Amino acid sequence: MTNTNAILSLKNVTVKVHSDNGSETEILKNFNLDVADGDFITVLGANGAGKSTFFNVIAGTLPADSGQIFHAGQDITSVSAEKRTAFLSRVFQDPKMGTSPRMTVAENLLLAAKRGEKRRLLPRHLSSKMADFKRITAPMGNKLDQRLNTATENLSGGQRQALSFLMATYKKPDILLLDEHTAALDPKTSAELMQKTAQRVNEDHLTCLMITHRMDDALKYGNRLIVIDNGAVSHDFNRDEKAALTKDKLFSFFDAEA
Amino acid sequence: MNLIVSTIGQGLLWSILGIALFLTFRILNFPDMTVEGTFPLGAAIAVSLITHGVDPFIASLAAFVTGMLAGAITAFLYTKGRIPILLAGILVMTACLSVNLRIMGSANISLIGRQTIFSSLSQMPRYFDAIIVGLVSVTIVTLLLIYFLQSDLGQAFIVTGDNPTMARSIGINTDRMTILGLMVSNGLVALGGAIIAQNNGYADINMGIGIIVVALASIIIGEVVFGNLTMNQRLVAITLGSIIYRFVLLIVLQLGFSTNDLNLLSSILLAICLMLPRLSHLLHFDNLIKRGVSNSHD
Repeated sequence: MTNTNAILSLKNVTVKVHSDNGSETEILKNFNLDVADGDFITVLGANGAGKSTFFNVIAGTLPADSGQIFHAGQDITSVSAEKRTAFLSRVFQDPKMGTSPRMTVAENLLLAAKRGEKRRLLPRHLSSKMADFKRITAPMGNKLDQRLNTATENLSGGQRQALSFLMATYKKPDILLLDEHTAALDPKTSAELMQKTAQRVNEDHLTCLMITHRMDDALKYGNRLIVIDNGAVSHDFNRDEKAALTKDKLFSFFDAEA
Repeated sequence: MNLIVSTIGQGLLWSILGIALFLTFRILNFPDMTVEGTFPLGAAIAVSLITHGVDPFIASLAAFVTGMLAGAITAFLYTKGRIPILLAGILVMTACLSVNLRIMGSANISLIGRQTIFSSLSQMPRYFDAIIVGLVSVTIVTLLLIYFLQSDLGQAFIVTGDNPTMARSIGINTDRMTILGLMVSNGLVALGGAIIAQNNGYADINMGIGIIVVALASIIIGEVVFGNLTMNQRLVAITLGSIIYRFVLLIVLQLGFSTNDLNLLSSILLAICLMLPRLSHLLHFDNLIKRGVSNSHD
Protein backbone atom coordinates (compact mmCIF):
# COMPACT_ATOMS: atom_id res chain seq x y z
CA MET A 1 0.00 0.00 0.00
CA THR A 2 1.50 3.29 -1.03
CA ASN A 3 0.35 6.75 -0.21
CA THR A 4 -0.45 8.17 -3.65
CA ASN A 5 0.11 11.73 -2.47
CA ALA A 6 3.69 10.94 -1.58
CA ILE A 7 6.38 12.02 -4.04
CA LEU A 8 8.78 9.62 -2.32
CA SER A 9 8.05 6.58 -0.17
CA LEU A 10 10.31 4.07 1.51
CA LYS A 11 8.56 0.84 2.57
CA ASN A 12 10.32 -1.50 4.98
CA VAL A 13 13.70 -0.73 3.42
CA THR A 14 16.57 -2.73 4.85
CA VAL A 15 20.22 -2.23 3.94
CA LYS A 16 22.92 -4.55 5.22
CA VAL A 17 26.69 -4.38 5.01
CA HIS A 18 28.65 -7.57 4.82
CA SER A 19 32.05 -7.48 6.42
CA ASP A 20 34.95 -9.73 5.44
CA ASN A 21 34.56 -12.05 8.41
CA GLY A 22 31.09 -13.04 7.24
CA SER A 23 29.08 -11.06 9.76
CA GLU A 24 26.45 -8.63 8.54
CA THR A 25 25.17 -5.43 10.07
CA GLU A 26 21.85 -3.79 9.30
CA ILE A 27 22.40 -0.10 8.59
CA LEU A 28 18.73 0.58 7.79
CA LYS A 29 16.13 -1.59 9.54
CA ASN A 30 12.63 -1.71 8.04
CA PHE A 31 12.88 1.96 7.26
CA ASN A 32 9.53 3.64 6.49
CA LEU A 33 8.95 7.20 5.34
CA ASP A 34 6.43 9.05 3.19
CA VAL A 35 7.53 12.38 1.78
CA ALA A 36 4.75 14.66 0.54
CA ASP A 37 5.17 16.88 -2.50
CA GLY A 38 6.64 20.18 -1.33
CA ASP A 39 7.96 18.86 1.98
CA PHE A 40 11.19 20.43 3.24
CA ILE A 41 12.43 17.88 5.76
CA THR A 42 15.45 18.40 7.96
CA VAL A 43 17.14 15.15 8.95
CA LEU A 44 19.03 14.80 12.23
CA GLY A 45 20.90 11.83 13.63
CA ALA A 46 24.09 10.88 15.41
CA ASN A 47 27.11 9.64 13.45
CA GLY A 48 26.50 6.10 12.26
CA ALA A 49 22.71 6.37 12.67
CA GLY A 50 22.24 5.64 8.96
CA LYS A 51 21.62 9.13 7.51
CA SER A 52 24.05 8.78 4.61
CA THR A 53 22.85 5.26 3.84
CA PHE A 54 19.30 6.64 3.82
CA PHE A 55 20.32 9.16 1.13
CA ASN A 56 22.36 6.62 -0.84
CA VAL A 57 19.47 4.21 -1.02
CA ILE A 58 17.14 6.98 -2.25
CA ALA A 59 19.68 8.07 -4.87
CA GLY A 60 20.25 4.46 -5.89
CA THR A 61 24.01 4.43 -5.30
CA LEU A 62 23.41 1.72 -2.68
CA PRO A 63 20.92 -1.11 -3.33
CA ALA A 64 18.22 -2.01 -0.81
CA ASP A 65 18.49 -5.60 0.47
CA SER A 66 14.75 -5.71 0.98
CA GLY A 67 11.81 -3.34 0.88
CA GLN A 68 10.61 -0.96 -1.80
CA ILE A 69 11.17 2.64 -2.84
CA PHE A 70 8.48 4.58 -4.70
CA HIS A 71 8.71 7.81 -6.69
CA ALA A 72 5.27 9.37 -7.31
CA GLY A 73 3.67 5.96 -6.83
CA GLN A 74 6.06 4.11 -9.15
CA ASP A 75 8.33 1.40 -7.82
CA ILE A 76 11.92 2.56 -8.46
CA THR A 77 13.65 0.01 -6.21
CA SER A 78 15.50 -1.55 -9.15
CA VAL A 79 15.95 1.64 -11.21
CA SER A 80 19.65 2.54 -11.59
CA ALA A 81 21.17 5.60 -9.93
CA GLU A 82 21.90 7.01 -13.38
CA LYS A 83 18.20 6.83 -14.40
CA ARG A 84 17.03 8.29 -11.08
CA THR A 85 18.92 11.50 -11.84
CA ALA A 86 16.07 12.36 -14.23
CA PHE A 87 13.95 13.33 -11.19
CA LEU A 88 16.46 13.48 -8.35
CA SER A 89 19.47 15.65 -7.61
CA ARG A 90 21.93 15.84 -4.79
CA VAL A 91 24.42 18.21 -3.18
CA PHE A 92 27.32 16.60 -1.34
CA GLN A 93 29.09 17.84 1.77
CA ASP A 94 32.49 18.07 0.09
CA PRO A 95 32.62 21.09 -2.27
CA LYS A 96 35.01 19.11 -4.48
CA MET A 97 32.46 16.34 -5.07
CA GLY A 98 29.79 18.35 -6.84
CA THR A 99 31.73 20.19 -9.52
CA SER A 100 34.15 19.38 -12.30
CA PRO A 101 37.39 21.15 -11.27
CA ARG A 102 38.97 21.73 -14.69
CA MET A 103 35.76 22.94 -16.31
CA THR A 104 34.44 26.47 -15.99
CA VAL A 105 31.45 27.53 -13.91
CA ALA A 106 29.36 27.95 -17.07
CA GLU A 107 30.41 24.53 -18.41
CA ASN A 108 29.43 22.92 -15.12
CA LEU A 109 26.03 24.62 -15.19
CA LEU A 110 25.49 23.53 -18.78
CA LEU A 111 26.24 19.91 -17.84
CA ALA A 112 23.76 20.13 -14.97
CA ALA A 113 21.13 21.76 -17.21
CA LYS A 114 20.95 18.44 -19.03
CA ARG A 115 20.78 16.29 -15.90
CA GLY A 116 19.26 12.90 -16.66
CA GLU A 117 19.08 13.57 -20.42
CA LYS A 118 20.78 11.66 -23.20
CA ARG A 119 24.07 13.31 -24.24
CA ARG A 120 24.26 13.52 -28.02
CA LEU A 121 26.98 14.32 -30.52
CA LEU A 122 25.48 17.77 -31.05
CA PRO A 123 27.05 21.19 -30.37
CA ARG A 124 26.53 22.23 -26.75
CA HIS A 125 25.48 25.89 -27.49
CA LEU A 126 27.18 27.32 -24.43
CA SER A 127 27.06 30.98 -25.46
CA SER A 128 23.28 31.05 -25.83
CA LYS A 129 22.94 30.03 -22.18
CA MET A 130 25.38 32.56 -20.71
CA ALA A 131 22.74 35.24 -20.03
CA ASP A 132 20.61 32.76 -18.14
CA PHE A 133 23.60 31.50 -16.15
CA LYS A 134 24.42 35.08 -15.20
CA ARG A 135 20.82 35.63 -14.11
CA ILE A 136 20.76 32.62 -11.78
CA THR A 137 24.24 33.08 -10.29
CA ALA A 138 23.83 36.78 -9.47
CA PRO A 139 21.39 36.30 -6.52
CA MET A 140 23.91 34.06 -4.73
CA GLY A 141 25.66 37.29 -3.73
CA ASN A 142 29.16 35.82 -3.83
CA LYS A 143 30.39 37.18 -7.18
CA LEU A 144 29.86 33.79 -8.83
CA ASP A 145 28.21 35.63 -11.75
CA GLN A 146 31.52 37.37 -12.47
CA ARG A 147 33.42 34.10 -12.60
CA LEU A 148 31.39 32.14 -15.15
CA ASN A 149 34.49 31.52 -17.28
CA THR A 150 36.72 30.52 -14.36
CA ALA A 151 37.71 26.90 -13.81
CA THR A 152 35.88 25.75 -10.67
CA GLU A 153 39.12 24.58 -9.05
CA ASN A 154 40.01 28.27 -8.70
CA LEU A 155 36.83 29.15 -6.80
CA SER A 156 36.47 29.42 -3.01
CA GLY A 157 34.76 26.57 -1.16
CA GLY A 158 31.68 28.73 -0.66
CA GLN A 159 31.46 29.60 -4.35
CA ARG A 160 31.92 25.97 -5.32
CA GLN A 161 29.20 24.82 -2.97
CA ALA A 162 26.84 27.57 -4.16
CA LEU A 163 27.55 26.36 -7.69
CA SER A 164 26.84 22.74 -6.67
CA PHE A 165 23.52 23.88 -5.23
CA LEU A 166 22.61 25.84 -8.38
CA MET A 167 23.55 22.83 -10.50
CA ALA A 168 21.30 20.57 -8.45
CA THR A 169 18.33 22.93 -8.78
CA TYR A 170 18.86 24.42 -12.28
CA LYS A 171 16.67 21.74 -13.80
CA LYS A 172 13.95 21.48 -11.15
CA PRO A 173 14.19 18.05 -9.48
CA ASP A 174 11.22 16.20 -7.95
CA ILE A 175 13.45 15.33 -5.02
CA LEU A 176 16.44 17.36 -3.79
CA LEU A 177 18.89 15.72 -1.39
CA LEU A 178 21.18 18.04 0.60
CA ASP A 179 23.83 16.04 2.42
CA GLU A 180 25.24 18.48 5.01
CA HIS A 181 25.92 20.81 2.12
CA THR A 182 27.00 23.74 4.31
CA ALA A 183 29.05 21.76 6.85
CA ALA A 184 32.43 22.29 5.18
CA LEU A 185 32.04 26.08 5.04
CA ASP A 186 32.92 28.79 7.55
CA PRO A 187 29.96 29.96 9.72
CA LYS A 188 29.26 33.14 7.74
CA THR A 189 29.39 31.49 4.30
CA SER A 190 27.43 28.55 5.64
CA ALA A 191 24.65 30.83 6.94
CA GLU A 192 24.50 32.69 3.63
CA LEU A 193 24.22 29.51 1.57
CA MET A 194 21.62 28.10 3.98
CA GLN A 195 19.52 31.23 3.61
CA LYS A 196 19.77 31.15 -0.22
CA THR A 197 18.91 27.45 -0.10
CA ALA A 198 15.71 28.03 1.87
CA GLN A 199 14.77 30.91 -0.41
CA ARG A 200 15.21 28.79 -3.52
CA VAL A 201 13.42 25.75 -2.07
CA ASN A 202 10.43 27.90 -1.10
CA GLU A 203 10.26 29.88 -4.36
CA ASP A 204 10.46 26.79 -6.55
CA HIS A 205 8.32 24.63 -4.21
CA LEU A 206 11.03 21.99 -4.19
CA THR A 207 10.66 18.75 -2.25
CA CYS A 208 13.82 18.63 -0.21
CA LEU A 209 15.50 16.44 2.38
CA MET A 210 18.40 18.03 4.22
CA ILE A 211 20.82 16.21 6.50
CA THR A 212 22.38 18.58 9.00
CA HIS A 213 24.34 18.52 12.24
CA ARG A 214 23.39 22.08 13.12
CA MET A 215 20.40 21.97 15.46
CA ASP A 216 19.65 25.64 14.79
CA ASP A 217 19.34 25.02 11.05
CA ALA A 218 17.25 21.92 11.62
CA LEU A 219 14.80 23.94 13.72
CA LYS A 220 14.84 27.12 11.64
CA TYR A 221 14.33 25.63 8.19
CA GLY A 222 11.78 23.26 6.69
CA ASN A 223 8.27 22.17 7.57
CA ARG A 224 9.12 18.80 9.05
CA LEU A 225 11.95 17.31 11.10
CA ILE A 226 12.91 13.68 11.42
CA VAL A 227 15.46 12.07 13.71
CA ILE A 228 17.14 8.91 12.50
CA ASP A 229 18.48 6.57 15.13
CA ASN A 230 19.80 3.05 14.85
CA GLY A 231 18.66 2.63 11.23
CA ALA A 232 15.08 3.86 11.58
CA VAL A 233 13.06 7.05 12.04
CA SER A 234 12.87 7.54 15.80
CA HIS A 235 11.02 10.88 15.77
CA ASP A 236 8.94 12.60 13.11
CA PHE A 237 7.72 16.14 13.82
CA ASN A 238 5.22 17.94 11.59
CA ARG A 239 5.13 21.71 11.12
CA ASP A 240 3.30 22.47 14.36
CA GLU A 241 5.23 20.02 16.50
CA LYS A 242 8.45 21.30 14.98
CA ALA A 243 7.52 24.90 15.84
CA ALA A 244 7.13 23.89 19.47
CA LEU A 245 10.53 22.17 19.60
CA THR A 246 13.50 23.70 21.30
CA LYS A 247 17.18 22.98 20.99
CA ASP A 248 17.31 21.58 24.52
CA LYS A 249 14.46 19.24 23.78
CA LEU A 250 16.24 18.02 20.67
CA PHE A 251 19.44 17.47 22.60
CA SER A 252 17.55 15.37 25.09
CA PHE A 253 16.61 12.92 22.34
CA PHE A 254 20.25 12.45 21.52
CA ASP A 255 21.38 12.15 25.12
CA ALA A 256 18.76 9.51 25.82
CA GLU A 257 19.78 7.50 22.78
CA ALA A 258 23.49 7.98 22.76
CA MET B 1 67.29 20.41 -45.68
CA ASN B 2 66.10 16.88 -46.41
CA LEU B 3 66.71 16.01 -42.79
CA ILE B 4 64.51 18.88 -41.57
CA VAL B 5 61.70 18.05 -43.99
CA SER B 6 61.79 14.40 -43.02
CA THR B 7 61.79 15.29 -39.30
CA ILE B 8 58.71 17.52 -39.65
CA GLY B 9 57.00 14.75 -41.62
CA GLN B 10 57.73 12.17 -38.92
CA GLY B 11 56.53 14.57 -36.24
CA LEU B 12 53.22 15.06 -38.06
CA LEU B 13 52.68 11.34 -38.67
CA TRP B 14 53.42 10.41 -35.06
CA SER B 15 51.32 13.23 -33.57
CA ILE B 16 48.14 11.18 -34.14
CA LEU B 17 49.39 8.85 -31.40
CA GLY B 18 49.88 11.77 -29.01
CA ILE B 19 46.35 12.98 -29.70
CA ALA B 20 44.98 9.45 -29.19
CA LEU B 21 46.74 9.06 -25.84
CA PHE B 22 45.58 12.53 -24.77
CA LEU B 23 42.02 11.14 -24.70
CA THR B 24 42.90 8.43 -22.18
CA PHE B 25 45.98 9.58 -20.25
CA ARG B 26 44.93 13.21 -19.93
CA ILE B 27 41.15 13.47 -20.27
CA LEU B 28 40.02 10.17 -18.73
CA ASN B 29 43.01 10.30 -16.39
CA PHE B 30 44.14 6.72 -16.66
CA PRO B 31 47.04 4.83 -18.25
CA ASP B 32 45.96 2.66 -21.16
CA MET B 33 48.69 0.17 -22.05
CA THR B 34 46.61 -1.43 -24.83
CA VAL B 35 48.12 0.99 -27.34
CA GLU B 36 51.46 -0.85 -27.45
CA GLY B 37 49.45 -3.74 -28.92
CA THR B 38 46.99 -1.81 -31.07
CA PHE B 39 49.73 0.17 -32.81
CA PRO B 40 51.33 -2.94 -34.43
CA LEU B 41 47.82 -4.39 -34.79
CA GLY B 42 46.83 -1.47 -37.02
CA ALA B 43 50.05 -1.89 -38.98
CA ALA B 44 49.51 -5.64 -39.35
CA ILE B 45 45.92 -5.28 -40.54
CA ALA B 46 46.69 -2.52 -43.06
CA VAL B 47 49.85 -4.12 -44.48
CA SER B 48 48.31 -7.59 -44.74
CA LEU B 49 45.23 -6.24 -46.50
CA ILE B 50 47.36 -4.18 -48.90
CA THR B 51 49.49 -7.21 -49.79
CA HIS B 52 46.22 -9.02 -50.55
CA GLY B 53 45.33 -6.29 -53.02
CA VAL B 54 42.97 -4.18 -50.89
CA ASP B 55 42.89 -0.42 -51.50
CA PRO B 56 45.30 1.26 -49.02
CA PHE B 57 42.67 3.74 -47.81
CA ILE B 58 40.19 0.95 -47.06
CA ALA B 59 43.02 -1.01 -45.41
CA SER B 60 43.80 1.99 -43.15
CA LEU B 61 40.11 2.33 -42.27
CA ALA B 62 40.01 -1.39 -41.41
CA ALA B 63 42.99 -0.82 -39.09
CA PHE B 64 41.05 1.97 -37.33
CA VAL B 65 38.01 -0.28 -36.82
CA THR B 66 40.15 -3.20 -35.55
CA GLY B 67 41.89 -0.87 -33.09
CA MET B 68 38.50 0.24 -31.79
CA LEU B 69 37.54 -3.39 -31.21
CA ALA B 70 40.73 -4.04 -29.22
CA GLY B 71 40.01 -0.88 -27.19
CA ALA B 72 36.49 -2.16 -26.56
CA ILE B 73 37.91 -5.38 -25.10
CA THR B 74 40.12 -3.45 -22.66
CA ALA B 75 37.13 -1.26 -21.77
CA PHE B 76 34.96 -4.32 -21.21
CA LEU B 77 37.56 -5.94 -18.91
CA TYR B 78 37.85 -2.69 -16.96
CA THR B 79 34.21 -1.60 -16.68
CA LYS B 80 32.36 -4.93 -16.55
CA GLY B 81 35.12 -7.27 -15.38
CA ARG B 82 36.42 -4.81 -12.76
CA ILE B 83 40.03 -5.57 -13.72
CA PRO B 84 42.31 -2.61 -12.90
CA ILE B 85 42.88 -0.49 -16.01
CA LEU B 86 46.65 -1.00 -16.05
CA LEU B 87 46.25 -4.78 -15.99
CA ALA B 88 43.34 -4.82 -18.45
CA GLY B 89 45.51 -2.90 -20.92
CA ILE B 90 48.50 -5.19 -20.43
CA LEU B 91 46.30 -8.28 -21.00
CA VAL B 92 44.95 -6.99 -24.31
CA MET B 93 48.37 -5.68 -25.37
CA THR B 94 49.93 -9.10 -24.75
CA ALA B 95 47.09 -10.89 -26.55
CA CYS B 96 47.62 -8.54 -29.51
CA LEU B 97 51.17 -9.85 -29.96
CA SER B 98 49.84 -13.32 -30.85
CA VAL B 99 46.97 -11.93 -32.89
CA ASN B 100 49.40 -9.76 -34.87
CA LEU B 101 51.59 -12.77 -35.68
CA ARG B 102 48.50 -14.68 -36.85
CA ILE B 103 47.47 -11.79 -39.09
CA MET B 104 50.93 -11.20 -40.57
CA GLY B 105 52.02 -14.85 -40.72
CA SER B 106 55.60 -13.73 -40.06
CA ALA B 107 57.35 -11.19 -37.88
CA ASN B 108 57.83 -8.76 -40.74
CA ILE B 109 56.01 -8.02 -44.03
CA SER B 110 57.31 -5.69 -46.69
CA LEU B 111 55.22 -3.38 -48.85
CA ILE B 112 57.78 -3.10 -51.64
CA GLY B 113 56.07 -2.67 -55.00
CA ARG B 114 52.63 -2.16 -53.40
CA GLN B 115 50.33 0.86 -53.62
CA THR B 116 50.10 2.77 -50.31
CA ILE B 117 48.36 5.99 -49.28
CA PHE B 118 51.71 7.66 -50.06
CA SER B 119 51.93 6.32 -53.65
CA SER B 120 49.80 9.05 -55.25
CA LEU B 121 52.24 11.63 -53.83
CA SER B 122 55.35 10.04 -55.33
CA GLN B 123 55.84 12.99 -57.72
CA MET B 124 56.45 15.27 -54.72
CA PRO B 125 59.99 16.15 -53.64
CA ARG B 126 61.46 13.59 -51.27
CA TYR B 127 59.81 13.33 -47.78
CA PHE B 128 57.07 15.80 -48.69
CA ASP B 129 54.62 12.90 -49.00
CA ALA B 130 54.88 12.32 -45.23
CA ILE B 131 54.22 16.01 -44.57
CA ILE B 132 51.11 16.05 -46.78
CA VAL B 133 49.66 12.79 -45.40
CA GLY B 134 50.55 13.78 -41.84
CA LEU B 135 49.12 17.27 -42.18
CA VAL B 136 45.88 16.08 -43.76
CA SER B 137 45.29 13.24 -41.29
CA VAL B 138 46.22 15.23 -38.18
CA THR B 139 44.03 18.14 -39.31
CA ILE B 140 41.02 15.88 -39.88
CA VAL B 141 41.52 14.08 -36.55
CA THR B 142 42.01 17.35 -34.64
CA LEU B 143 38.95 19.03 -36.18
CA LEU B 144 36.75 15.99 -35.50
CA LEU B 145 37.94 15.84 -31.89
CA ILE B 146 37.38 19.58 -31.40
CA TYR B 147 33.81 19.10 -32.60
CA PHE B 148 33.38 16.05 -30.36
CA LEU B 149 34.78 17.69 -27.23
CA GLN B 150 32.49 20.74 -27.63
CA SER B 151 29.40 18.55 -28.08
CA ASP B 152 27.09 17.43 -25.27
CA LEU B 153 28.56 13.95 -25.56
CA GLY B 154 32.14 15.26 -25.47
CA GLN B 155 31.45 17.39 -22.39
CA ALA B 156 30.05 14.30 -20.65
CA PHE B 157 33.25 12.48 -21.69
CA ILE B 158 35.47 15.21 -20.20
CA VAL B 159 33.59 15.36 -16.90
CA THR B 160 33.85 11.57 -16.59
CA GLY B 161 37.62 11.94 -16.32
CA ASP B 162 37.46 15.12 -14.25
CA ASN B 163 34.94 14.08 -11.58
CA PRO B 164 33.26 10.69 -12.06
CA THR B 165 31.14 11.04 -8.89
CA MET B 166 29.65 14.29 -10.12
CA ALA B 167 29.25 12.85 -13.63
CA ARG B 168 27.18 9.97 -12.29
CA SER B 169 25.16 12.31 -10.06
CA ILE B 170 23.91 14.19 -13.14
CA GLY B 171 23.02 11.01 -14.99
CA ILE B 172 26.13 10.38 -17.08
CA ASN B 173 26.92 6.70 -17.62
CA THR B 174 30.65 6.84 -16.85
CA ASP B 175 31.23 3.25 -17.99
CA ARG B 176 29.86 4.11 -21.42
CA MET B 177 32.12 7.19 -21.63
CA THR B 178 35.15 5.08 -20.67
CA ILE B 179 34.31 2.53 -23.37
CA LEU B 180 33.88 5.32 -25.92
CA GLY B 181 37.23 6.89 -24.98
CA LEU B 182 39.17 3.63 -25.11
CA MET B 183 37.62 2.68 -28.45
CA VAL B 184 38.32 6.01 -30.16
CA SER B 185 41.81 6.24 -28.66
CA ASN B 186 42.83 2.74 -29.74
CA GLY B 187 41.20 3.19 -33.14
CA LEU B 188 43.37 6.28 -33.69
CA VAL B 189 46.50 4.48 -32.47
CA ALA B 190 45.83 1.62 -34.91
CA LEU B 191 45.25 4.14 -37.69
CA GLY B 192 48.59 5.73 -36.75
CA GLY B 193 50.20 2.29 -36.94
CA ALA B 194 48.69 1.73 -40.40
CA ILE B 195 49.94 5.08 -41.71
CA ILE B 196 53.42 4.79 -40.18
CA ALA B 197 53.85 1.21 -41.49
CA GLN B 198 52.94 2.41 -45.00
CA ASN B 199 55.41 5.27 -44.64
CA ASN B 200 58.14 2.87 -43.47
CA GLY B 201 57.29 0.39 -46.22
CA TYR B 202 56.85 -2.57 -43.84
CA ALA B 203 55.06 -3.82 -40.74
CA ASP B 204 57.11 -5.30 -37.93
CA ILE B 205 55.85 -7.29 -34.96
CA ASN B 206 58.00 -5.23 -32.56
CA MET B 207 57.08 -1.78 -33.83
CA GLY B 208 54.80 -1.07 -30.83
CA ILE B 209 57.57 -1.18 -28.25
CA GLY B 210 58.05 2.19 -26.58
CA ILE B 211 55.29 4.03 -28.39
CA ILE B 212 53.58 5.09 -25.15
CA VAL B 213 56.69 7.05 -24.23
CA VAL B 214 56.85 8.60 -27.70
CA ALA B 215 53.19 9.62 -27.60
CA LEU B 216 53.39 10.94 -24.03
CA ALA B 217 56.53 12.88 -24.91
CA SER B 218 54.62 14.84 -27.54
CA ILE B 219 51.82 15.61 -25.07
CA ILE B 220 54.19 16.64 -22.26
CA ILE B 221 56.53 18.66 -24.50
CA GLY B 222 53.47 20.49 -25.85
CA GLU B 223 52.38 21.27 -22.29
CA VAL B 224 55.81 22.31 -21.06
CA VAL B 225 56.56 24.52 -24.07
CA PHE B 226 53.15 26.18 -24.48
CA GLY B 227 51.93 26.30 -20.87
CA ASN B 228 48.31 27.03 -20.00
CA LEU B 229 46.03 26.52 -22.98
CA THR B 230 42.38 25.85 -23.71
CA MET B 231 41.34 22.30 -24.58
CA ASN B 232 41.34 23.02 -28.33
CA GLN B 233 44.75 24.71 -28.19
CA ARG B 234 46.13 21.75 -26.26
CA LEU B 235 45.17 19.41 -29.10
CA VAL B 236 47.19 21.54 -31.53
CA ALA B 237 50.06 21.80 -29.03
CA ILE B 238 50.39 17.99 -29.12
CA THR B 239 51.21 18.09 -32.85
CA LEU B 240 53.77 20.83 -32.28
CA GLY B 241 55.15 18.86 -29.33
CA SER B 242 55.48 15.81 -31.55
CA ILE B 243 57.50 17.78 -34.12
CA ILE B 244 59.73 19.28 -31.41
CA TYR B 245 60.31 15.79 -30.00
CA ARG B 246 61.49 14.58 -33.44
CA PHE B 247 63.91 17.48 -33.65
CA VAL B 248 65.31 16.68 -30.21
CA LEU B 249 65.86 13.09 -31.38
CA LEU B 250 67.50 14.38 -34.56
CA ILE B 251 69.93 16.49 -32.52
CA VAL B 252 70.71 13.56 -30.22
CA LEU B 253 71.41 11.29 -33.20
CA GLN B 254 73.65 13.97 -34.72
CA LEU B 255 75.62 13.92 -31.46
CA GLY B 256 76.63 10.37 -32.34
CA PHE B 257 74.11 8.18 -30.49
CA SER B 258 72.90 5.08 -32.33
CA THR B 259 69.26 4.46 -33.25
CA ASN B 260 69.45 1.50 -30.84
CA ASP B 261 69.67 4.06 -28.03
CA LEU B 262 66.41 5.76 -29.05
CA ASN B 263 64.14 4.12 -26.47
CA LEU B 264 66.59 4.94 -23.68
CA LEU B 265 66.93 8.52 -24.87
CA SER B 266 63.15 8.90 -25.28
CA SER B 267 62.58 7.73 -21.73
CA ILE B 268 65.23 10.06 -20.33
CA LEU B 269 63.77 12.96 -22.28
CA LEU B 270 60.24 12.23 -21.04
CA ALA B 271 61.44 11.79 -17.45
CA ILE B 272 63.15 15.19 -17.59
CA CYS B 273 60.04 16.83 -19.03
CA LEU B 274 57.85 15.24 -16.35
CA MET B 275 60.17 16.44 -13.58
CA LEU B 276 60.47 19.94 -15.02
CA PRO B 277 57.61 21.51 -13.00
CA ARG B 278 59.05 19.99 -9.82
CA LEU B 279 62.63 20.90 -10.70
CA SER B 280 61.79 24.48 -11.55
CA HIS B 281 59.97 24.72 -8.23
CA LEU B 282 62.88 23.20 -6.31
CA LEU B 283 65.46 25.38 -8.00
CA HIS B 284 63.24 28.49 -7.67
CA PHE B 285 63.16 28.98 -11.43
CA ASP B 286 59.58 30.28 -11.02
CA ASN B 287 60.72 33.25 -8.98
CA LEU B 288 63.75 33.76 -11.15
CA ILE B 289 61.59 34.04 -14.26
CA LYS B 290 59.02 36.23 -12.52
CA ARG B 291 61.73 38.58 -11.31
CA GLY B 292 63.35 38.50 -14.71
CA VAL B 293 60.26 39.77 -16.50
CA SER B 294 58.93 42.25 -13.94
CA ASN B 295 60.37 45.75 -13.88
CA SER B 296 59.44 46.62 -10.30
CA HIS B 297 62.39 46.98 -7.91
CA ASP B 298 60.62 46.68 -4.59
